[in-house]
Amino acid sequence: MFPPRSQRILLAVLAASALLSAVSGRLNPYFLDVALGAGISVVLASSLNLINGFTGQFSLGHAGFMAVGAYASAMLTTTLAPRLGLSANLLQWVFFPLSLVAGGLLAALAGIAVGAPSLRLKGDYLAIVTLGFGEIIKVVLQNVDAVGASRGLTGIPNHTNFFWVFGSAAVTVYVVWALLNSTYGRGFLAVADDEVAAEAMGLNTTRYKITAFVVGAFFAGVAGGLYAHLKGYLNPGGFSFDKSIEIVVMVILGGMGRHSGVVVAALLLTVLTESLRQTGAFRMIVYSVLLIVLMLTRPQGLFVWPLWPKKEARP
Amino acid sequence: MNPSDSGPHSRRRFLTLAAVSAVLAGCREKEGDPAAQAIRIGLFGALSGSEAGLGQYTDMGATLALEEINAAGGVLGRRLELIREDNRTTAGESATAVKKLLSRDHVVAVIGDGNSGRCLEAGPLCQAAGVPMVSPAATNPKVTEIGDCVFRVCFTDPFQGAVMARFARESLGLSRVGLLVDASAPYSLGLASVFRERFAAEGGTVVSEQRFSGGDKDFRAQLTALKSAGIEAVFAPSYYHSGGLILRQARDLGFAGPMLGSDGWEAPELLEVAGRTAEGAYFPVHFSPENTDPLVVGFLDRFRRRFERPPTGVSALAFDTLQLVADAIRRAGSVDSPAIRTALAATREFQGITGRISMDSSRNARKPAVIIGVRDGAFRFLRVVDPGDPGRASS
Repeated sequence: MFPPRSQRILLAVLAASALLSAVSGRLNPYFLDVALGAGISVVLASSLNLINGFTGQFSLGHAGFMAVGAYASAMLTTTLAPRLGLSANLLQWVFFPLSLVAGGLLAALAGIAVGAPSLRLKGDYLAIVTLGFGEIIKVVLQNVDAVGASRGLTGIPNHTNFFWVFGSAAVTVYVVWALLNSTYGRGFLAVADDEVAAEAMGLNTTRYKITAFVVGAFFAGVAGGLYAHLKGYLNPGGFSFDKSIEIVVMVILGGMGRHSGVVVAALLLTVLTESLRQTGAFRMIVYSVLLIVLMLTRPQGLFVWPLWPKKEARP
Repeated sequence: MNPSDSGPHSRRRFLTLAAVSAVLAGCREKEGDPAAQAIRIGLFGALSGSEAGLGQYTDMGATLALEEINAAGGVLGRRLELIREDNRTTAGESATAVKKLLSRDHVVAVIGDGNSGRCLEAGPLCQAAGVPMVSPAATNPKVTEIGDCVFRVCFTDPFQGAVMARFARESLGLSRVGLLVDASAPYSLGLASVFRERFAAEGGTVVSEQRFSGGDKDFRAQLTALKSAGIEAVFAPSYYHSGGLILRQARDLGFAGPMLGSDGWEAPELLEVAGRTAEGAYFPVHFSPENTDPLVVGFLDRFRRRFERPPTGVSALAFDTLQLVADAIRRAGSVDSPAIRTALAATREFQGITGRISMDSSRNARKPAVIIGVRDGAFRFLRVVDPGDPGRASS
């Protein structure tokens, strides 16, 4: 059904990240942290791209889904894992990915819970509903003592490594890509292009929207789990509205509904905030100026072929 | 505007190049740094974002200490260098910033954020690297439980309970006190349990304990119960929004005795809510600019001259933090992190702006607190109270 080339690319990326994972121990821990952070951003941005870019919905709740996945998987590895008495290897290579999937599934469930009642809304209205959902998740976490409340959840084992991050990123990009290039997946684009027309053609638009939400939320949950086991500490404050906006910026800058552009934007923006540390107090000013410059010069997306069109072919 | 009409492609290439080189520049190693001989100390804090005030006042306090230490010839004949990293008040960034400080800048010690949550994030990294981290103002007990490399220069939340017990017993001469506790806040419960224990040890009696819940607005039932139990004073560890209402309602019920609180009361809103009924309220803080100790007066003067504004409590704590780290390096006679850690743990009677600091076995600063009293509608410096070592039997 899919061109085998895409599967070959997926396998190649998986193999490459496994190889890199073997040598990443020699990498400077700071660079490794930035690289893994960038990989997690790819998962977040690509999954949001399915909702905001391809399906044309406007979600501001991605950080909320991420929080659900992060806390769920962290609770599994901090409370359940020690009781099972597994070896370190089993924990890292079997239990951890299972806990990531569990976190993703719980986030997907949250996706249904938010999506089902609210996807009848459009545009700005949907944005506000998802924004509210994200804030609810944050406030609930801030008040549940079992997960550390506002003090935060500590002592999360550092299972996240190169393979899990870039493996998840590759799978996310592949799944979104393959979904959209399937017969079923064309429906997402139809919903984005013209919802009324899509409905007239017999597409169940609500179902498409919920599917986009569920798949997007699943991967956001996985990203949350990766984040939790990278930082070793979770605080509800880290999943605020700002975090959702950060992901939305990656999607918009990369070009709504562009696969590679969004990946590049996620990598670039994460690395950029870190590399601008040397500008000291001007860091966020320089960052914002760069965002404005990029938006003005590449409104069609960061990575659209040909990079410098001879004739204007902008949408 | 159409970019391709307004300029040749070279401009866009230039912009791309600029962005790419900005990224690459971050990866460049610092080589032949003339400051290679300096002793590097890291600082991570909320220099921007929603708590930027906290981070910037921390930075100012540490900067003043840094300049004074270097002007006096540095430490072990070497200059100190402070490497500051911003976490934008954002969760997740402290871990990245501290990884940079540890693995790229090879700092020998780290000055932590003033916020407990962000110290809980960065602390395990410092612990794993064996580099001591000292927080100026993280008061949550969990912070120093991370491990033997994590210290704090402020007192902890429960420690205030001991301070107020000593103050109530010795300075106010009270023997019968009632407790009014916020059952939804670990902060309040912790303070109350330490107070009960220490007040009894000092010879007083906690006659009655009443509880309320976080957002409560009416405390008349609890206050009436306390009053009829024949108390001389109320100890109500809480935040200012509850504190202000408790003060007002206690006075409305005709209770005239002292009202004791905790550092959560230190906010102008307390005075706004309580108005004239705040008279006779007492609570502990880390630092008061009204302290007439010559050390404090000198610090205030130097800080104002350097930054053209008065310091906050966290500035004084950060000043003490860097001075204490420098002192530990001197005592260790080496810039090895494990040696500095050992010296920090052995700190006894270090004279800081915020009092004489000793590190207890849990790496929490044991030092006197400043008691604030409300007089004529303003927070006034009252006295310094040293609760002593709770480990020792009280005399």
